Amino acid sequence: MTEPATLVAYDDAVARYEPVIGLETHVELGTTAKMFCGCPTRFGAEPNSAVCPVCLGLPGSLPVTNVAAIEYTIRIGLALNCGIASWCRFARKNYFYPDMPKDYQISQYDEPLCTDGWLDVSVGDQHVRVGIERVHLEEDTGKSLHVGGATGRIHGADYSLFDYNRAGIPLVEVVTKPVPGTGALAPEVARAYVTELRDVLRTLGVSDVRMEEGSLRCDVNVSIAPAGSSAWGTRTETKNVNSLRSVERAVRFEIQRQAAVLDAGQKVVQETRHLHEDTGTTTSGRSKEEAQDYRYFPEPDLLPVAPSPDWVEELRAALPELPAARRARLQAEWELPDLDMAALRHAGAIDLVEQTVAAGAAPADARKWWLGELLRRANESGVELAALPVTPAQVARVAELVATGALNDKLARQALDGMLAGEGDPDQVVAARSLAVVSDDGELLSAVDAAIAANPDVVAKIRSGKTAAAGVLVGAVMKATRGQADATRARELIMERLG
Amino acid sequence: MSSELTRLTAAELGAILADRTISAVEVTRAHLDRIAATDSRVHAFLHVAGESALAAAAAVDASRAAGDPLGPLAGVPLALKDVFVTADMPTTCGSRILEGWQPPYDATVTARLRRAGVVLLGKANMDEFAMGSSTENSAFGPSRNPWDLSRVPGGSSGGSAAAVTAYQAPLAMGTDTGGSIRQPAAVCGIVGVKPTYGGSSRYGLVAFASSLDTPGPLARTVLDAALLHEAISGHDPCDSTSVDAPVPPVVAAARQADVAGLRVGVVTELGGEGYQPGVLARFGQAVELLESLGAKVVEVSCPHFRYALPAYYLIAPSEASSNLARFDGMRYGLRAGDDGTRSADEVMSLTREAGFGAEVKRRIMLGTYALSSGYYDAYYGKAQQVRTLIIRDFDAAFEQADVLVSPTTPTTAFPIGERADDPMAMYLADLCTIPSDLAGNAALSVPCGLAPEDGLPVGLQIMAPVLADDRLYRVGAAVEAALQQHWGGPLLAQSSGIAALDEAAGRQQGGRCGTA
Repeated sequence: MTEPATLVAYDDAVARYEPVIGLETHVELGTTAKMFCGCPTRFGAEPNSAVCPVCLGLPGSLPVTNVAAIEYTIRIGLALNCGIASWCRFARKNYFYPDMPKDYQISQYDEPLCTDGWLDVSVGDQHVRVGIERVHLEEDTGKSLHVGGATGRIHGADYSLFDYNRAGIPLVEVVTKPVPGTGALAPEVARAYVTELRDVLRTLGVSDVRMEEGSLRCDVNVSIAPAGSSAWGTRTETKNVNSLRSVERAVRFEIQRQAAVLDAGQKVVQETRHLHEDTGTTTSGRSKEEAQDYRYFPEPDLLPVAPSPDWVEELRAALPELPAARRARLQAEWELPDLDMAALRHAGAIDLVEQTVAAGAAPADARKWWLGELLRRANESGVELAALPVTPAQVARVAELVATGALNDKLARQALDGMLAGEGDPDQVVAARSLAVVSDDGELLSAVDAAIAANPDVVAKIRSGKTAAAGVLVGAVMKATRGQADATRARELIMERLG
Repeated sequence: MSSELTRLTAAELGAILADRTISAVEVTRAHLDRIAATDSRVHAFLHVAGESALAAAAAVDASRAAGDPLGPLAGVPLALKDVFVTADMPTTCGSRILEGWQPPYDATVTARLRRAGVVLLGKANMDEFAMGSSTENSAFGPSRNPWDLSRVPGGSSGGSAAAVTAYQAPLAMGTDTGGSIRQPAAVCGIVGVKPTYGGSSRYGLVAFASSLDTPGPLARTVLDAALLHEAISGHDPCDSTSVDAPVPPVVAAARQADVAGLRVGVVTELGGEGYQPGVLARFGQAVELLESLGAKVVEVSCPHFRYALPAYYLIAPSEASSNLARFDGMRYGLRAGDDGTRSADEVMSLTREAGFGAEVKRRIMLGTYALSSGYYDAYYGKAQQVRTLIIRDFDAAFEQADVLVSPTTPTTAFPIGERADDPMAMYLADLCTIPSDLAGNAALSVPCGLAPEDGLPVGLQIMAPVLADDRLYRVGAAVEAALQQHWGGPLLAQSSGIAALDEAAGRQQGGRCGTA
């Protein structure tokens, strides 16, 4: 397979070709114990310390299913609107690789636990229903570290190290149906889907869904076909996609690359591709010629899984409020337009706003502070909004001080400065920095008189009926009082003096 | 005294150990001596654990002296098939690929034997990964049949059978996947039992074919087999396929030894052409005997049994091809070709090339083929359907009969080398035993005489429904008692081969005393 020398520009590619995407997402479940033994699942333990004969696949050892993993998987299936199998089996997926202790993986093949569901996602004001093909349960493999060589892969490495702590951790695979019709939005839809799925999983409490630690991993399928064509193109599967940004980039790159291949009159090869996080490009991995025959067959060491309908209904009834429903409820409660809600979500501010409102702030104020001043500060320091050293309760208190007139917006920003600098609660900062609106007429009047004296031309304008010019005088008063004046009262006094 | 001790049954040893006529250390030493004196000829053991056996025996003696409650087999020695992992002995499965591997854990069977105070003498020889019917597939050389050292002791639990037959141990543990307990028991003239699948735990039993493998006892008497059966059985939470049900009352059934009123079904498909005449003759006499003991004999037909062998040779190799994948040289056991220049893939291939014997490779290839995409439905899938039909045949037969009977194996022990190059001939040794493995029900082999043409033992197979293992012992013990009365003693007493072995052992023992 020859790689195209140049990519087709993205806009050009999606103008002439229609992409179809599909995602396979692997989620490490957060059960206390592994899938088939009692070993702990904690991340970051000393290599090969959380292992036993079973997860090392030692001769003679046998798996015993962790019921908690079955339960988590059913809950995921229910949250994704899937049907739950009343009877299904594990299967062995056979292939040789040193990170697999048994040289087969216990997985599910033609009898997945959950099938045929959907997940709604939105990009801006576009809504897409992503079909879920299946949700199945399997065991994770060990982790390999290939030392030496150029690629970081096993071929060409000087030697390889294996850590089997991860071997046997329950892994759920969520497979979408092909998603056609998203056009130029395909990369963003892919990202939105993974984001929504991550939020669902986090809400269910079944996984810590940390992409950077590999507890959520994606394979991205992309094909393109000439616009208007009824047939779909040949798809590629890009593995090793381990961040939301990479999901988007992988789809985008593959659309551009495949367009170049088709433009050159060549055929897209059905293959596995690897994403390079540094460049955002993909390169060919195993091709179809070397395609594995996994020789799936029902796992004879395990009994079939047969969740009773009563249990499934119990689990369904106990599902928490899911992210989409929660967002709809909050949006209605807060009376926000779609785009504001989308902005809150994009900024990761929904929880913060909800907690700020719960602490007593008006929804509009909470939204204003988090999405305005605080988001600006977070962006400046390159941290997540939630990582700022300000609590929702503190923001609610600042909003309260503004609402009661004790602070104006400018003073409130100074109070936030103090809080971000670690000077304490809003009230402590206000006291320490002597931040208080000056509304005492005596103090204000001297500033008002000074402003009037210094700006005779403005005074003349006001007197001739151009009352809007009073703003200049208010500004001068504010400046003279270093922002502490109550602007409304200052305007009243100016108008009285000139009246 | 020492040589007499090895002549006793496990039940007898249990009794004199319990009343402290004798110590477990003395019993153990007697059997270790017997092994030392005979095993250069028999080659039943791959590993003899003299020191740890004596230590275990001393612990039992101390426990008994302290007045601890002990089971009926406390202090009784046993030979453990080298397919059960042992935390204090190597486990090879008769394969080069595991040579020198020391497991870090005990199989459930191993642990239960230790808990019962059974003294583990060592690890018994076997066909590599339990694939074979003669122990000729052991990478460490064949075991020999004590009746005639030029003949095979059967397999794959041939080392276990030979050890019990040669009076090296009163008890042995084997595993049965296609007949690997019953067939060696039959050709050695001893008792062997395949319990109901899931009745004995597979945890720590190195897997050959997961849906078939069943640990079970080998012994010189039906009662001894029952005592061992009871000691190892019962639900094991570490084995998902272990049956969570009470252990059938096998010891009581062996003591009951009564077939009056029982319906015994003769399976018409198991016998006739291809069977050695002497085997059929002894089998016929055993059926007559059962009738004379008050059983009601009926003929039953199991039409799908004729497909059992081909179905087995698809299912077992398919599972084996997956179970044996882990022997890749990466984590334990043999690693071949790792000279610093070769890839992991190459090292895996070279290791498996060097480490597995011809029969194991043959079955891995058969199984790999049968599971491959495009062939699965025609082979593995079809074989599973046959399996269902065989289960239905059994269900129908057990409507008409309480137990079924057949010869255990079509022929007596064959000469070493005779079938080594003819896998199909070797596979036929399991013709009668395979149906019960595929259906998962219980079956036993008990000696029913010597074939007139070669003077070698013939086994009577008794089959019972799932979890009705006790019926095997009721019928087996009745047959055993009647025949021993007829013979005037145990069948092994008629063996000139064992007598010759005794004589050679005596000479060796004498010689050793002279130089000690």
